[in-house]
Amino acid sequence: MTTLGGQVKPKVRLGDLVFSRAASVAGIGILITLAAVAVFLFIQALPALNPEADFSGKAENPISYVTPYVFGTLYGSIIALAIATPLAIGIALYISHYANRRFSQILGYIMDLLAAIPSVVYGLWGIMVLAPFLNPTYLWLNENLGWIPLFAGQVSATGRTMLTVGIVLAIMVLPIMAALIREVFLQTPRLHEEAALALGATRWEMIKMAVLPFGRPGIISSMMLGLGRALGETMAVALVLSPASIINFALLTSQNSNTIAANIALHFPESGGDYRSLLIASGLMLFLITMLINMLARYIISRRAEFSGAN
Amino acid sequence: MRKITQIAALAGVSALVLSGCAANEAAVEETTSAATETSTAVVLEGTLDGSGASSMASGQEAWVAGFQELNPGVTVNYNPTGSGTGRDQFEEGLTFFTGSDSSFKDEELATPHPNCSPADGDVFEFPIWISPIAVMFNLEGIDTLNMSPDTVAGIFTGKITKWNDAAIAADNAGVALPDLAITAVHRSDESGTTGNFTDWLSKAAPNTWVLNGENAGDLEAWPAEFGGEGGNATSGVIAAIAAGNGTIGYADASRVGDFGTVAIGVGSEFVAYSSEAAAKIVDVSPIKEGRPATTLAYDLDRDTTESGVYPVVLISYLQGCMDYADDAKAELVKAYASYMLSAEGQEWASQNAGNAPISEDLRQKALAIIDQVK
Repeated sequence: MTTLGGQVKPKVRLGDLVFSRAASVAGIGILITLAAVAVFLFIQALPALNPEADFSGKAENPISYVTPYVFGTLYGSIIALAIATPLAIGIALYISHYANRRFSQILGYIMDLLAAIPSVVYGLWGIMVLAPFLNPTYLWLNENLGWIPLFAGQVSATGRTMLTVGIVLAIMVLPIMAALIREVFLQTPRLHEEAALALGATRWEMIKMAVLPFGRPGIISSMMLGLGRALGETMAVALVLSPASIINFALLTSQNSNTIAANIALHFPESGGDYRSLLIASGLMLFLITMLINMLARYIISRRAEFSGAN
Repeated sequence: MRKITQIAALAGVSALVLSGCAANEAAVEETTSAATETSTAVVLEGTLDGSGASSMASGQEAWVAGFQELNPGVTVNYNPTGSGTGRDQFEEGLTFFTGSDSSFKDEELATPHPNCSPADGDVFEFPIWISPIAVMFNLEGIDTLNMSPDTVAGIFTGKITKWNDAAIAADNAGVALPDLAITAVHRSDESGTTGNFTDWLSKAAPNTWVLNGENAGDLEAWPAEFGGEGGNATSGVIAAIAAGNGTIGYADASRVGDFGTVAIGVGSEFVAYSSEAAAKIVDVSPIKEGRPATTLAYDLDRDTTESGVYPVVLISYLQGCMDYADDAKAELVKAYASYMLSAEGQEWASQNAGNAPISEDLRQKALAIIDQVK
């Protein structure tokens, strides 16, 4: 025993090596893909950013062209989140704290099924079922609440409005949001919940005191995930919305601000030259918006995590 | 032991059956190949790529299927990329023929085409696809309405907003028009249908089809200033018309379905859409001058007053080289174009895609051009 007290070299096993390399490749692969997309968007968009670019009368300059679509993208997504967030929290609470085990499992499966429906089907459903169904409600809203600017204007005869798009998007982002929030709620420490109940809290008070504060970062990150999907949603919006290139806050008219993604889908097939570059430039814009929102969300979550009691 | 003999017997029988099948198949193959050899003197082989207008995609599908049935050795690919992209691809030498909603522009005629010989040699073009665009509406109990071009322009520019407007009532004596708001539906994507519809409005209703004080001209993308409701592609327009009461829109006439349709004011009469009335517009329109004799580019006479002509039509051209650098491709283009122009080819497309067959006169002119392709 000559090496007594010497450092024991950890034995490197082949499996460990292979796995760590594979994981690194997967991780770096994401960065490379993202960089490739960003570079593609930037290079293809460059001709449109040249002041001499010729858009054959379809646009004057890139900024004024893309502004209504940026607005429409954000507006539609915010409406969707405003509808989906309370619903998703309610569903998650019901599944995690109210429904009995069996039923909550079935409900979970059904939520996952909703996530598997392709967006073009949501779009067709929106235009053929939801829009005509909602139209009488829109007429009523316009007649009785028309003094609110949101409900003013000439109501669309077909119901293919910003509000319908918001509702369709809300339904599309609901499954992923509800699933994530449910998982977070289920992880609320049992001790917190029991302590609250032991102090005489009702179930609602217990949820308010223990579950919601614990789950807040989860709710916020689920909102960001939902927002990400809503911002980039193309097919459903292109099918449902009656678009125009204007900025319009009214929810019920035929003249709605189109979204960036839907606008690209509508105009790309017949486009050419600098106008095509302009469309890609608007895609670059959407890319940047999504990135900013995600960074903001990370920031909020990292700040909140310290106070949430989750650690 | 009995089991084994049973299995052996079964194997024997199945072998017999299988070989029987194979023998049958070989026989069938022989007879079919013999039949094609006798019916066409030269057996065509190869691949022919084309691209262009999506408006005639359904027609091209029918033609490709019909042509490949007659010539099993040939594969024709038609990619409905849109007219502009189609002409670009032809210019870049990626394709050998183009379907286009508009004729070659003068500068496009001047640019060289790498697949032609010589590259700056002549090209051919002629209308191959004529399809009426119907102005259709969804009003309970009303199947047809008469409208002058000015009335249609007034509706689609947002100047006429009610169905019982005096301008509509004046041309429809005796029809009980409801006091209902009009929702005009247009295409939200760019399309040749919109281009042809607005081209008609700019010529037939120049005083109403006005944007910012000037004639709005022909537009592939609908301007936001005119308002109205947008639908994505033809099916989106149809869905929007169906979804509302009091909606009106324009789309390929093959998609009219149960909607009411507008008879368009031409001269002193009102003409309902029909294949024949649509095909007539080409016969009354002049051919653009100062271009090669092999290009039949029409200046459509949209404001014609000729009796029985339906002026709201979409026409698409077939375009290619008069002399191909590759003789094998020339053979294929010639055969395919001749098939499209043949009486059977026109009839076949019309049955499958619902377009209007081109007139006999135009058919003969186009065939004369195709005969010179080499």
